[in-house]
Amino acid sequence: MQNSLDPAMPLLEVRGISKSFGAVHALQEVDFTLRAGEIHALLGENGAGKSTLIKVVTGVFPRDAGIVRIGGEDIAPRSAKAALAAGIATVYQEVNLLPNLSVAQNLFLDRQPMRFGIVREGEMRRRAKALLADFGLDIDVAAPLGSYSVAIQHVTAIARAVDLSARVLILDEPTASLDRHEVEILFRIMRQLAKRGIGIVFVSHFLDQVYEISDRITVLRNGRLVGERETASLPRLELIRLMLGRELAETTSARASAGEHKAREVCASFENFGKAGYVAPFNLELRHGEVVGLAGLLGSGRTETARLVFGAERADRGQARVEGTPVRLQSPRDGVRHGFGYCPEERKTEGIVAELTVRENIVLALQAKRGLHRPLSRREQDEIARRYVKMLDIRPADPERPVGLLSGGNQQKVLLARWLATSPRLLVLDEPTRGIDVGAHAEIIRLIRELCDDGLSLLVISSELDEIVTYSDRVVVLRDRAHIEELAGEAIDVGNILAAIAADSVAVALEAHT
Amino acid sequence: MTALLPRRGLAQILALIVILAVDRVVSPQFFDLRLQDGRLFGSLIDVLNRGTPVALLSLGMVLVIATRGIDLSVGAVMAICGAIAASLADTHGLPVVLAAALGAGLVCGLWNGFLVAVLGMQPIVATLILMVAGRGIAQLITEGRIVTFSSPDLVWLGNGSVLGLPVPVVIALGMLILTGAVVRGSALGLLIEATGGNARASELAGVGTRAMIIAVYVWCGVCAALAGVIAAADIMGADANNAGLWLELDAILAVVIGGTSLFGGRFSLVLAVLGALIIQTMNTGILLSGYPPEFNLLVKAGVVLAVLLLQSPKLSGFAGIATRLRGTKA
Repeated sequence: MQNSLDPAMPLLEVRGISKSFGAVHALQEVDFTLRAGEIHALLGENGAGKSTLIKVVTGVFPRDAGIVRIGGEDIAPRSAKAALAAGIATVYQEVNLLPNLSVAQNLFLDRQPMRFGIVREGEMRRRAKALLADFGLDIDVAAPLGSYSVAIQHVTAIARAVDLSARVLILDEPTASLDRHEVEILFRIMRQLAKRGIGIVFVSHFLDQVYEISDRITVLRNGRLVGERETASLPRLELIRLMLGRELAETTSARASAGEHKAREVCASFENFGKAGYVAPFNLELRHGEVVGLAGLLGSGRTETARLVFGAERADRGQARVEGTPVRLQSPRDGVRHGFGYCPEERKTEGIVAELTVRENIVLALQAKRGLHRPLSRREQDEIARRYVKMLDIRPADPERPVGLLSGGNQQKVLLARWLATSPRLLVLDEPTRGIDVGAHAEIIRLIRELCDDGLSLLVISSELDEIVTYSDRVVVLRDRAHIEELAGEAIDVGNILAAIAADSVAVALEAHT
Repeated sequence: MTALLPRRGLAQILALIVILAVDRVVSPQFFDLRLQDGRLFGSLIDVLNRGTPVALLSLGMVLVIATRGIDLSVGAVMAICGAIAASLADTHGLPVVLAAALGAGLVCGLWNGFLVAVLGMQPIVATLILMVAGRGIAQLITEGRIVTFSSPDLVWLGNGSVLGLPVPVVIALGMLILTGAVVRGSALGLLIEATGGNARASELAGVGTRAMIIAVYVWCGVCAALAGVIAAADIMGADANNAGLWLELDAILAVVIGGTSLFGGRFSLVLAVLGALIIQTMNTGILLSGYPPEFNLLVKAGVVLAVLLLQSPKLSGFAGIATRLRGTKA
């Protein structure tokens, strides 16, 4: 959008940053360059490493390797405060200011104008007013910050950061809770600041906004840098491909052709099923021996669909049917009773019971289904645990080990075992391969196929498009919390999914192109 | 049933042995037992007898704490149920008296369970309500007086003996076996541990976590009611102001000494009762030693700290490092 002050010298330079948490590589040799006066979007799906990168740069996490330079000087901040002193300010989605203090007090917290040990309230207010006027804001600075809208709180946080002589401003999902008008105010201020030579890092998952405001885009995936481009020269389709796809070999469905699965019997169906403010009503048929993939960007309504289908969230309209019979589906217990199972994305908080053993975790759902008065004897539990530990190759093969001590991949297998033990008819898997090492990844995909061959019906969410393409019989594409397209048989390929996600404009562009 | 006697009780057993040994030193007759009128007497029996209310409370409390809850109201529930038992004792038969008292305990438990599981209140706040209000209710029942009674049936419950053992001890033992049989004989134990370990995950696995939580508070109320009846029978009267006063804290302490984490999950009934016995052994020892009672609380705090440190994984971590250091030096 505009020329940097000194093109030869980047304002913020990040080179070869790596960061691991235990065995998980959150960042691997990531580079990032921010020029003065530039608005630079940092993009990537959940778990791509955006927040880790920000936290490493601002000193919240120590880094394992790499350098951070600001204005050519190496810095190694140990805290957010030290980063601020070096000129890097961060404004998070949840504004970390004090809502009970006045706007002026927030702006000058820690550095109030004093005389004889007394805060000069008048002086502070006058300066606060002047400062905000720069941002085109004319408000009563003596009123508590909490009495203003989130947008104004954001602007206050930004004004404070800039006044603290920040040269780099990092905005982490600043627009997530703003309405259209407020977003415009924020964007106007961002452009003003960029004109003054401040470098802005803009993290967002709203692609429209990214295209509207940013000059340059850096995309991360699975902790690695996958590309840095000028926004103007990066088509939206290409951007989504960078965010989601891998090498994009022309993978096509290895599954049965479109004609074959029509013949299969319907296992569960959902008619006009939905919940206001959660997911728009959708129709979905799941057949025995069939894998249906759910594809879409973060926040597109994939997990929401999964939770409605399982009963973890209560639908407020529509009808669910199991084997053709209308059923009530209002709680996870209902789902379990109808023979559904759900492996949530948040394995640690919603899946495993870390303290209990592998055996106890495996029998949990089956025991819940049988009820209190029909306890599984220890011998039955041992047998079930042993069978699934062997079948899914859970390691270490010790059913008495607390499940919290297992690796992510093995925890995922324990969760699969928990549901398989209930002999389900439908399994809903939310990101079953997320955060799992490569070996276990392939194994889980193999398992998904085998289960399906045994007549189980599967609904699988994944951000890895080539993975979805590999195992799905049908793919439902979601955007903005609505089901927008269903692909089947030959039509399932990464290109088609991307085209559906990337919105009509791209489809039109593609058509024009051919 | 093997789960009733876990291997991890070592710290508690050691602590009990050490305290018993100290008691033997301060009071040489500590282990003496004598049979008189078909009933055993001696300091050990005294410990068991006096420890009964807290042991009963800890049986309910351990289940509540296993679900990541806490019940501060048990002392007040003791007072309510003791008051009910005392006021009915001379006009009604024992079955009616017991049914009324235990029924009241059940209702108290339902109330707590309702607040926690249905309204989603924090357990500490929810049960604080009944902790405060309960004493008031008990005072209303006794009309502010100390209600005495002379019903031999109820008195027997506090002072009688069965096979040489005091009735309260037999009741507590029976409750331990009953609770153990219900909890470990059904799937309740596993589901409670799962609920306490990770409520969201358990709910998604189809566990009826809400019913589970209500059930443990109800059981806690029933145990407290029984403790209240026994405490009233023991003194042949109900004192709404002092019955069960501060015993909720002893019960929580007993559970914690028994190795159940306040963060919920794994629990042990036997070790919780052992915790109650450790506390009572200490109390009795200090009384027998003739030290001024002011020392009581300090000594208690010291012992509790020691038992907790013995169980702490961090400490065993330090111990491991120390051994390794010594190993490298050698």
